[in-house]
Amino acid sequence: MADMTTNTAQGPRGPKPKKAFSRTNIFLYGTLIMVSMYYLLPLYVMIVTSLKGMPEIRMGNVFGPPMEITFEPWVKAWSEACTGINCDGLSRGFGNSVRILIPSVLLSIAIASINGYALSNWKFKGSETFFTILIIGAFIPYQTMLYPIVIMLREIGLMGSIWGLVLVHTVFGMPILTLLFRNYFTSIPEELFKAARVDGAGFWQIYFQIMMPMALPIFVVAIILQVTGIWNDFLFGVIYTKPATYPMTVQLNNIVNSVQGVKEYNVNMAATLLTGLVPLVIYFASGKLFVRGIAAGAVKG
Amino acid sequence: MTVASDPPRARSGKRPNRLFKNWMAKLASLPMILTALVVFVGGTAWTVTYSFTGSRMLPKTNWVGFDQYERLWSSDRWIISIKNLAIYGICSLILTLVIGFTLAACLDRKIRFEGVFRSIFLYPFALSFVVTGLAWQWILNPDFGMQSVVRDWGWTTFNFDPLNNPDIVMFGLLIAGIWQGSGLIMCIMLAGLRGIDEDIWKAAKVDGIGTVKTYVMVIIPMMRPVFVTALVLIAAGIIKLYDLVVAQTGGGPGLSSEVPAKYVIELMFRAQNLGQGFAASTMMLCSVVIILIPWAYLEFGGRKRG
Repeated sequence: MADMTTNTAQGPRGPKPKKAFSRTNIFLYGTLIMVSMYYLLPLYVMIVTSLKGMPEIRMGNVFGPPMEITFEPWVKAWSEACTGINCDGLSRGFGNSVRILIPSVLLSIAIASINGYALSNWKFKGSETFFTILIIGAFIPYQTMLYPIVIMLREIGLMGSIWGLVLVHTVFGMPILTLLFRNYFTSIPEELFKAARVDGAGFWQIYFQIMMPMALPIFVVAIILQVTGIWNDFLFGVIYTKPATYPMTVQLNNIVNSVQGVKEYNVNMAATLLTGLVPLVIYFASGKLFVRGIAAGAVKG
Repeated sequence: MTVASDPPRARSGKRPNRLFKNWMAKLASLPMILTALVVFVGGTAWTVTYSFTGSRMLPKTNWVGFDQYERLWSSDRWIISIKNLAIYGICSLILTLVIGFTLAACLDRKIRFEGVFRSIFLYPFALSFVVTGLAWQWILNPDFGMQSVVRDWGWTTFNFDPLNNPDIVMFGLLIAGIWQGSGLIMCIMLAGLRGIDEDIWKAAKVDGIGTVKTYVMVIIPMMRPVFVTALVLIAAGIIKLYDLVVAQTGGGPGLSSEVPAKYVIELMFRAQNLGQGFAASTMMLCSVVIILIPWAYLEFGGRKRG
């Protein structure tokens, strides 16, 4: 840190090009590279471990590259790893997760975008109050609402089913998504809405023909937010589904943390990577939109 | 698709019934209204109410007053959970803020490969806590992980086994938690730094104030709202801490890494002791309220009402 204080003459955002190897730069890049190693280490270790055979792992170095690359752990994690009596691997959890993910994402975004649209263009008495409750609700610990939701799902006969979990994801995704859409629709000039009204367009016409096409970037942000959020969920999955419909994260935890049998670390790491693959692909493919999505959580209404 | 009945300026000759004004918008907002009232308000009120009952396997209305709370605060497991969360929370709050801000400040200094570094710092945030916990469980494995590697390098007395040592198990979780969450805070801080006027830097330069001093004395006070947002996000995340513990340590060794969220779920769904679970979750709600009210007051109260 002392190096940085001595370097007062240099404007931090000054237009002059810096010397390539100033002390500040060495310090800056040194710090960044060191920290990067901490962030990259687990990913590296997971990949390396998942490509080794068990004898090599027992010999010892988690950081060493595999001497003999084998894809067997990946195959085993996908199709043979056991949870309890079922030995059909993570593929079942993957299937469940996909079947949970698609309707949850579609339903939650459809509802939230209509909410946001109604809240910004069709305000009615009490609409802001409901919105405020919704936003406050986002801060209530889930634990407080877990059991009442169990009762509600039992009442409508969806407890333990995939559709029950879809409803839960829709409900808990609503605050942040509604906020996202409301903020966006409020930023659209009101004249546009008024002009459409004068032309005789109604609630749904304006939504489908004007607002929705304009909000496409926000829809993409919302999709990214929801896909990663729902895929990574563990708490709701473990409570509202049963073993046959467990999502991938729950099944992964059961596979790795099961106490029976010999621990196969390479299979465990392959399974962990498989579970993390979907959000990782979305993260690296979406780039800045992902940042926008998570920053939406920090934006206040 | 149907067309909404009345335009905002109601046509003459129509019923002036206010309930039916914008009825389509109201109908479309029904899911939101139901979520807000039934799930959020209703669900929370239900849990708080039933925390005063002696419910065990099924919710019952045999009122027992504050019995559940007394039992809760005399339960070792709950006290351990609270202590653990306090240790984890304080360390995580400080470290995440410091790391997040330092990284953001480094990235803001016109460096090369900024995008690459940012991607590296943020990618763990895309991963679930389960994946995070399992990855670090493996790295911290005493027989094959970091400890054994460092010993093989020649430092044979090196001892770092957080997953089996009750005294430091929370720090094992902390390493993983910070790895997962600090990228988000860095992103928020970076956005805050980018919003600061460049003239500030020029003025500081003219006055001959050093870089670090400018950050501490000028920039950080200017970024107060960003810090408050980051603080609320981190605090909300800390109280929810559950998946990470389940995946990485399972609450062990013994009870040494139990946390309140886990206590609630175990008592409700495994120990068949609903009343205790409700009381514990009400306590969690109270802690959130205690954190949120000063924040809401600072953020909204002062500006709108004061």
